[in-house]
Amino acid sequence: MNLKIALFGIAREIVGQSSLEVSAPEGQSVQALLAGLREQYPALGRLSSLAVAVNNEYAEDGVTLSERDEIALIPPVSGG
Amino acid sequence: MIHIDLTDQPIDVAAALRTVEDDGAGAINTFIGAVRNKSTGRPVVRLEYEAYDSMALHQLRKVAEQAVEQWPMLKKVTVIHRKGTLHIGDVAVVVAVSTPHRAESFAACHYIIDTLKQVVTIWKKEFYEDGDVWVAAHP
Repeated sequence: MNLKIALFGIAREIVGQSSLEVSAPEGQSVQALLAGLREQYPALGRLSSLAVAVNNEYAEDGVTLSERDEIALIPPVSGG
Repeated sequence: MIHIDLTDQPIDVAAALRTVEDDGAGAINTFIGAVRNKSTGRPVVRLEYEAYDSMALHQLRKVAEQAVEQWPMLKKVTVIHRKGTLHIGDVAVVVAVSTPHRAESFAACHYIIDTLKQVVTIWKKEFYEDGDVWVAAHP
């Protein structure tokens, strides 16, 4: 399956674009997605934190992803 | 009773305060976050706020709802966050709450701004004379 991942802030700058298409096996977990992205973009691994959001909620490592999900990479937030 | 907004226009603080007025509220508490001229000793020229809009709005509403659960006497809650380019002194965020008595209004306002900073998907980039930094990105 193909996952479309929205990118923001420093994650967008590291990858160099505002979204990314990743091909992944069915049932790909958040943890596996993050591991793959950190391998491809080592600078992501140097951030203070990196979370995945699925359908506007923070997703735990074990959550499985589907093509219908709205997925985003969430670097350390700094609002306020 | 919960009013949430994310805007690229200047925040009208007086208008935001009016949204939490309530005949049953003896206390209105407000937090106003403004752009400071220095960050860790470095002069700041401007800030840029970027937001994941749909999630930021959803998370802001959740934070406000959590405050209402924790302080059921809350009458009204307003949270407005700015995005885009801001300069020194510009208002970046307004949190306003109203309650019958003051103690809960302080506590709820404090909870909302602190939790907002931890979970809401908004990112701040500081621009200096000689560079720029995404705030909190690195350890």
